[in-house]
Amino acid sequence: MTDASADQSKWSMVGKDPWTMPIEKIDLSHPGIWQANEFLPFMERLRLEDPVHYCAESAVGPYWSITKYKDIMQVDTSPEIFSSEPTIGIVDTYDEYTLPSFISMDPPKHDEQRRIAQPVVAPANLKRLEHLIRQRVCNILDELPLETEFDWVKEVSIELTTQMLATLFDFPFESRHKLTFWSDAATAIPGAGVVSSNEERWAAMEECLQVFTGLWNERVNAEPGNDLVSMLAHGEATQNMPPMEYLGNIILLIVGGNDTTRNSISGGVLALNENPAEYDKLRADRSIIPNMVSEIIRWQTPLAYMRRTALVDTELGGKQIKAGDKVVMWYASGNRDSEVIDRADEFLIDRDKARQHLSFGFGLHRCMGNRLAEMQLRILWEEIMQRFDMVEVVGQPERVYSSFVKGYTHLPVRLHGLS
Amino acid sequence: MVKIKFIEHSGQEHDVETNPGASVMVAAVSNGVPGIDADCGGACSCATCHVYVDQEWLERTGEINPTEEAMLSLSTDRKDNSRLSCQIQVTEDLDGLVVTMPEFQF
Ligand code: HEM
Ligand code: FES
Repeated sequence: MTDASADQSKWSMVGKDPWTMPIEKIDLSHPGIWQANEFLPFMERLRLEDPVHYCAESAVGPYWSITKYKDIMQVDTSPEIFSSEPTIGIVDTYDEYTLPSFISMDPPKHDEQRRIAQPVVAPANLKRLEHLIRQRVCNILDELPLETEFDWVKEVSIELTTQMLATLFDFPFESRHKLTFWSDAATAIPGAGVVSSNEERWAAMEECLQVFTGLWNERVNAEPGNDLVSMLAHGEATQNMPPMEYLGNIILLIVGGNDTTRNSISGGVLALNENPAEYDKLRADRSIIPNMVSEIIRWQTPLAYMRRTALVDTELGGKQIKAGDKVVMWYASGNRDSEVIDRADEFLIDRDKARQHLSFGFGLHRCMGNRLAEMQLRILWEEIMQRFDMVEVVGQPERVYSSFVKGYTHLPVRLHGLS
Repeated sequence: MVKIKFIEHSGQEHDVETNPGASVMVAAVSNGVPGIDADCGGACSCATCHVYVDQEWLERTGEINPTEEAMLSLSTDRKDNSRLSCQIQVTEDLDGLVVTMPEFQF
């Protein structure tokens, strides 16, 4: 991992004064300020002074930053103007390393493919999985040591999300850690720790395809099941999918359900530690949990942004956006927009309208796994409160070097049992 | 005042009185009717305000616009009387409207 203090890149804004630097030089896309947890004031300044902001020069080329809730909503709900193709990440990937999947498709193809995958994470199916998921949560929590320091990210956040993914794919349970590796590799910046080159990244993807092709072959000849692979193998719109598209969809579901949930699990613990009065509210009334889960997801904003590409010349917030321009919706900023969200800079687990946050996006691409993510977090917190008086953060969290995946690589904690 | 009956998936009924002008979603949320999440606040972009309109009222609730159709078409429990309640305007004409909620909003 590149650490923030060693981030000498000429593009890094770490250590710069967000309020006095030339506003046109503000570049939210550089990972440095995200890893160093310094991004908030930069976004605040843009919301106040230049909510639709053009960054002419950056390591990833020119792009627009959309920072206000209402403007983000407008972009997100205008797919005919702001396209999800060719990709929803800020970097234009090279063709040979691009995996096609419906998150980066426009209608009608997006809609056809999403309809096939969606039932597996629809609430009716989740209800059938709830018992199994709770069991797995309990197993993990029961193994944790009391009054001993350990890494919450590794022992709980990663382990739990990995087990959840294995459940969804009906993936061989013993090899489940491969899912995490593939997910990390798919989103890794070569050289930043997980893989050292694009070739290595690609080798991981090929292994993933191979294993999932095996599962496909096994299930296509069996009765249709409730797992994702079976649904894709039997779905009318997906059964003739080219291998790379199959891989793209598998990776989408692994990545979609991995980092995001993992970082909400870690982020919730951190937020409650930083806001002890909220932790007290939770201890006093556990029925707050569903509302708290939404607030944790807003507060964490596990994906800081989604990118669109303008299809036509258009105007937004008085600015002229040209066809072909990259447009980045900073959910992490919109979620702190006090024009729409009351006391947006406070973490309040019993807040009103907690569900009205941007973390899942809106419109046709709105997160398909949102109910699954909420269910996992709800069950986790229900079971944590059954066992521990406090999950105490006992050291500095370490954050991911990314402006896209907003999360933690390390969170040292100590558990205190119920007294 | 316009009367609207909301029926939860469980069969539990909620009778609400509301002024014309707002949406059916707002009528539900502002009267504490459970089962409508309305995550996007009425922007036709989350589909968590899904309802089934009683057949005899369907025509009077108006046309489904293309955005609503696009969102509904992605729903796993879409039926031919599905609507997004934030897109139904309350009018005097709808006095007595009956809508049922799906088991889950998704
Ligand atoms: C707290 C957890 C999560 C957050 C914050 C989150 C966030 C998001 C966001 C912002 C999008 C919108 C993409 C866009 O507009 O371009 C999205 C899409 C998606 N998410 Fe999630 N996600 C989470 C959990 C999950 C889980 C558990 C799954 C697993 C199944 C999942 C699967 C997907 C898929 C398949 C899409 C693509 C939907 C489409 O393009 O139609 N997500 N997610
Ligand atoms: S409230 Fe979101 S679609 Fe109706």
